[in-house]
Amino acid sequence: MIGVISYLVFFTTIAAILAIAVLGLNLQWGNTGLFNGGVAAFFGAGAYATILLGGTPQGEHIGGFEIFYPLALAGGALCAGLLAWMVGLLTLKLRHDYLAIATFGVAVAFESFVRNTSVMTGGALGLRGFERPLEALIENPFLYNILFLLVVVLVLASVYVFLQKLLHAPFGRLLRAIREDETAAQSLGKNPSEVRLTAFIVGSVIMGLAGGLYATFYAFISPQDVVPTLTFQIWAMLIVGGAGNNLGALVGTFLIWAVWTGSGWCLSKYAPVEAQIYTGTLQYILIGAIIVSMLLWRPQGIFPEKLVISQSGD
Amino acid sequence: MGDIALSTDRLTVNFGTFCAVNNVSLQLKRHSITGLIGPNGAGKTTFFNALTGMLKPSSGWVMLDGIETTGKRPDQLYASGLARTFQIPRPFSRMSVLENVMLAPLAQRGEHLWGATFSSRKVFDQEQKIRQKALEILDFVTLSALVDHEAGRLSGGQTKLLELARVLMGAPSIILLDEPAAGVNPTLTNVLLERIEALNAQGTTFLIIEHDMDFIMSHCNPVIALSAGEMIFEGTPEEAQANTILLDAYLGAQASD
Repeated sequence: MIGVISYLVFFTTIAAILAIAVLGLNLQWGNTGLFNGGVAAFFGAGAYATILLGGTPQGEHIGGFEIFYPLALAGGALCAGLLAWMVGLLTLKLRHDYLAIATFGVAVAFESFVRNTSVMTGGALGLRGFERPLEALIENPFLYNILFLLVVVLVLASVYVFLQKLLHAPFGRLLRAIREDETAAQSLGKNPSEVRLTAFIVGSVIMGLAGGLYATFYAFISPQDVVPTLTFQIWAMLIVGGAGNNLGALVGTFLIWAVWTGSGWCLSKYAPVEAQIYTGTLQYILIGAIIVSMLLWRPQGIFPEKLVISQSGD
Repeated sequence: MGDIALSTDRLTVNFGTFCAVNNVSLQLKRHSITGLIGPNGAGKTTFFNALTGMLKPSSGWVMLDGIETTGKRPDQLYASGLARTFQIPRPFSRMSVLENVMLAPLAQRGEHLWGATFSSRKVFDQEQKIRQKALEILDFVTLSALVDHEAGRLSGGQTKLLELARVLMGAPSIILLDEPAAGVNPTLTNVLLERIEALNAQGTTFLIIEHDMDFIMSHCNPVIALSAGEMIFEGTPEEAQANTILLDAYLGAQASD
């Protein structure tokens, strides 16, 4: 029994962390129409920076500044924002698929960067030497994991409330107008470049925050965690849940994560031994099939975006 | 403020070797409703785009209220009181009609990240005022029954009215309308005309591109004509009707032979 609960805690923790990243993407794509194909880079920037800032010194490696954990986490998110600011400025003129290709390139470059900058990121071996906050004080790992889950859920709830507030404010209206028609918005006195850059940075900071929590949970981060697969998983979660709807983003995340882990478990348990090495590939095919069927039959997602009408709002 | 609301001096727009607008010098009188006519491809919309900053002119100047504005961005010009609608309407489709209109006012506190995050009383009050004004304007353009409808589901004519409503939210001093009556049924066209006349009486200057000659002849004075990028006529509607050059431009050179 304790095994099942323990697994559920683990499952929920990871799903909640991913949900934070999906909410970040929803701000960019669902609300502003920015096609970010490089989610993994911003998630990764937050993850690596958190460990570098908050970790313990590791021999001749750069990093391990042992900064107070909440500050390290915030610093990680800010690093993701810094990366987004640079990428955003460079890609301001790109739209739709061109932006997707450019940001996808950024993510590939990021992965390659962390894989090769061994002196800072530990290269392919990844970064260790991170003491999870308060772990020394709580001896029972089960209890620690439950506490960690609570913190993650608290962060998720804060991000959710923050975004709901933004989207119901005139700021959200501005984002949607930019998404619908930039030219018309500009003819009404809005500055699309500024709005796009703001949304891109805020969304990426949220992804970086998710990355920081992810790295904290495992006390480890490696290039394997920031491969393009992560970007596709997060996109699948948003598309299935419903782009433009934060509740949909949450539901989509838990659903896709359940399908992902569930299918992995089923394959490892029931698939013939010869097929075991293809488990990962089969999972990709499954997720890909889900994305395609969703786009064909229910492109608006399980929970479509709601129209903001006069009675609600403020 | 002078008598001239908007003027251009030898405004030229080239697309590669093609000259879409050629040395057009125009003075738009304040409080006038000026009609801009000309055959398809004459460069009317390109001229509009150059006036509103959507296109950078190849040469020449644009002056708004006596201040040079050549090369300014559309959002900067809107802030200076110049607003436009589009030939092919551009509603924010997946937003409600009310939201479309509430977007338009400038300097909304809640449009900034800080103001939206810590929405104070001030943000809330401003939003209430904007909502009130938006509802009044939607009523003015006869769309009050559709405030909660998705803008993308409106008819062509209703979308034209929505664009007018959006533009009115900012209380601009000059409004450029690109074919406001095209594809609009006669009843709605009359509503539109009434609204334009009412606003004009309150002091708004209009420049209107239109193919509907009844519309131009009965409501616009003066009338300006472009053909192949050049200004070929400027005068009263009566003069326009008697002008043979204009007739040639519309019907081909054989017409007056």
